[in-house]
Amino acid sequence: MSATFGLTLKVWRQATPHAKGRFETYRLANVSEHMSFLEMLDVLNEDLIGKGEVPIAFDHDCREGICGACSMMINGRPHGPQRATTACQLHMRHFADGDTVIIEPWRAGPFPVIRDLVVDRSAFDRIIQAGGYISVSTGSAPEANAVPVPHEAAERAMDAAACIGCGACVAACPNASAMLFTAAKVSHLGLLPQGQPERYQRARAMVRRMDLEGFGGCTNYGECQEACPKEIGVEVIARLNGDYLRASLTARETRVAGPE
Amino acid sequence: MELNARIPDGPLERKWDDHKFRLRLVTPANRRKYRVLVVGSGLAGASAAASLGEMGYEVLCFTFHDSPRRAHSIAAQGGINAAKNYQNDGDSVHRLFYDTIKGGDFRSREANVYRLAQVSANIIDQCVAQGVPFAREYGGLLANRSFGGAQVSRTFYARGQTGQQLLLGAYSALERQVALGTVKLYPRTEMLDLVTVHGRARGIVTRHLVTGEMERWAGDAVVLATGGYGNVFFLSTNAKACNVTASYRAHRRGAAFANPCFTQIHPTCIPVSGDYQSKLTLMSESLRNDGRVWVPTKQGDTRPPGQIPEGERDYYLERKYPSFGNLAPRDIASRSAKDVCDEGRGVGPGGLGVYLDFADAIARVGEQTIRDRYGNLFEMYERITGEDPYQAPMRIYPAVHYTMGGLWVDYNLMSTIPGLHVLGEANFSDHGANRLGASALMQGLADGYFIIPYTIGDYLAGTRLEPVDTSHPAFGEVEAGATGRIRRLLSVQGSRSVDDFHRELGRILWDHCGMARTRDGLTRGLELIPALREEFWRDVRVLGEGEEFNQSLEKAGRVADFMEFAELMCRDALHREESCGGHFREEFQTADGEAQRDDERFTYVAAWEHAGPDRAPILHREPLVFENVQLATRSYK
Repeated sequence: MSATFGLTLKVWRQATPHAKGRFETYRLANVSEHMSFLEMLDVLNEDLIGKGEVPIAFDHDCREGICGACSMMINGRPHGPQRATTACQLHMRHFADGDTVIIEPWRAGPFPVIRDLVVDRSAFDRIIQAGGYISVSTGSAPEANAVPVPHEAAERAMDAAACIGCGACVAACPNASAMLFTAAKVSHLGLLPQGQPERYQRARAMVRRMDLEGFGGCTNYGECQEACPKEIGVEVIARLNGDYLRASLTARETRVAGPE
Repeated sequence: MELNARIPDGPLERKWDDHKFRLRLVTPANRRKYRVLVVGSGLAGASAAASLGEMGYEVLCFTFHDSPRRAHSIAAQGGINAAKNYQNDGDSVHRLFYDTIKGGDFRSREANVYRLAQVSANIIDQCVAQGVPFAREYGGLLANRSFGGAQVSRTFYARGQTGQQLLLGAYSALERQVALGTVKLYPRTEMLDLVTVHGRARGIVTRHLVTGEMERWAGDAVVLATGGYGNVFFLSTNAKACNVTASYRAHRRGAAFANPCFTQIHPTCIPVSGDYQSKLTLMSESLRNDGRVWVPTKQGDTRPPGQIPEGERDYYLERKYPSFGNLAPRDIASRSAKDVCDEGRGVGPGGLGVYLDFADAIARVGEQTIRDRYGNLFEMYERITGEDPYQAPMRIYPAVHYTMGGLWVDYNLMSTIPGLHVLGEANFSDHGANRLGASALMQGLADGYFIIPYTIGDYLAGTRLEPVDTSHPAFGEVEAGATGRIRRLLSVQGSRSVDDFHRELGRILWDHCGMARTRDGLTRGLELIPALREEFWRDVRVLGEGEEFNQSLEKAGRVADFMEFAELMCRDALHREESCGGHFREEFQTADGEAQRDDERFTYVAAWEHAGPDRAPILHREPLVFENVQLATRSYK
């Protein structure tokens, strides 16, 4: 009932972190328009297994666009051509018969390749460890409605908190900057009354960790917001810059937590 | 095997408080001398690891994901229940308790469920303090929505991403402890087996998924928070990596598995589109607040929905269950959808779908309001189907979603293996035969934040644990077994892929142990599964090596365990000759097609003991005693 078509796929294959990688070309017939992009790769992998070739490794899990595991450049764009869409939610109806599709891993120094399309994004966890939290231990929380949060603040915080930690922003940035990721967390917590006590210290510590991990600086290309599957905008970066500036001016009063 | 649920004496309302006072404590200075291994980093695992770390225990937390934030809790959409009664609409701890017991079709423990309702309010406090951006009213106070199986508004939510926000809260608490050095985190590390020494859980064996290295970890207690087993059906709403291996391996080492046949089929999922389908996508139950479920009254009516006049539509949930309507519990809504499709009134390809229609809601409150409430869900639907649900009704169909069964635990969340604690979806404790919407998040966080921190101390303080390290022979034996299984999987070099076998297993289960079950079907399933398992070990093709990043090998190990576990599910479904909650045996139904329980014979938890390979498991029964609610036939009419 649904239309099927054929594709040529050029896929990055790299056996180990230090092996030399290369593009392999595969032809795939009978792609259905209703398949997700990852289901198309599943079909290719089943073909490869049938031929006795090792299947393509790629990170994926929820396939609902929320876990942030999937991470591939599709025709040069993180997560592919559709706006606000992760690779797992991209469907093949956006491609046409005879198309050539180039599939690569995220390419950024702080995200080394593990195998094929799989990269190591643990640097993001270390940025969170540096201060992406509110220091409240279990049991010590006040009554939930004791502190009202203006509706607008909660909505803006939620916009920033929608980040799925996929790394598309880094992959899209010519500088491999992690500013959008870092700024999203700083904004989420900094917009809420609960996040105020650690607000400036948090901004400083997280930026410092980001720099130590080898991510580049932000020079306002804005590619990150174009690539973000959750449509987080660069205004969070402006907010981070404001908090960071204030933190730097008052640095003597703050203490940078987290590992050096 | 003896099942001692350790339910405290005394009135229901006082059990947990009295129990907490009686539990032995580990003094702050002594806690760092105890090492706790937490497996899993979802809501239950991350909240437990963070809380135990804060208390001063030495915590090691393992996840097979690249980051704890990817655990499948992240995908929960609709919300989390709590008995705050902010809406002044008659909610209370007792009502949340009662709704959950009734929703579970009277197959859960009163004491556990009451405790869950009690701590529910603390969860919301904790999450708000962590910065979880719950929806707010314009006055700045917390908003609520309604969910299935309840007549009050007690569900807290963060758009359609409540699980994500709660998990990020727990994850941030966990990462804070990692930075402080109380928790060590081991990502891309999969538990392959449990190590017991003198009958106590003393460690685990893991495989590092990047290098393939096998590693041994010793500790004083083990906490499994490894989720549910819905992926045994291959197609489910679970994330692709969800599996039963940690639970099943623990089962093989002596942990009783309780009610494995209690699986939840969620009524609102996007229908299957083709045989390449890799998973099914849930559309949050919250949509049933505003969406009306219907099918044509006539069989085989292929007109587009817009051309079917009002008088020729059957809003069957509103018709059959006028007081709950479209918010009937999941098991009932799913079965009703199956019934109308079986009658030939289903819609869409293959007739396996029903409409979820927002036209009335859009006319009533406007498209913008609907967009504010469910915008991300509508977008997701459009992305997957290419259809615009603002213009035409959604098509939905039931799909496997959650598993109420799990490892048996006592009131302290300890399994039948001393020292092995089980939290969240991985245990069986709170949802009976059917879980209500927005209660999984509540249970995962209740277990991790507010129960295990108390009960694990009692175990550690009250047990004389001999020093054990990974040089103990028990570790060597378990590691050799795990390594041997990997070698065996790689050496078969057969002709069929792991996914191919997994799909077939899923089809067997869906047909014979799915939404409606019969003696004959289950008996047939019990013939087909061992035959498929035998073929798997003879003909599976797993390429690559063990000492490298090898996703086929990861899957193969998980599917191998599903192949054994599926049999246990069917066996449990066959023995339970009644219908209750998600377990519907066609032989046991009322005249109007509702589930018919047999309280005389089956008011118990079925806890299965592994009796060794190729031997039938042994059934143990934990009677369920209801002192505070009256067993009634569930009615949502």
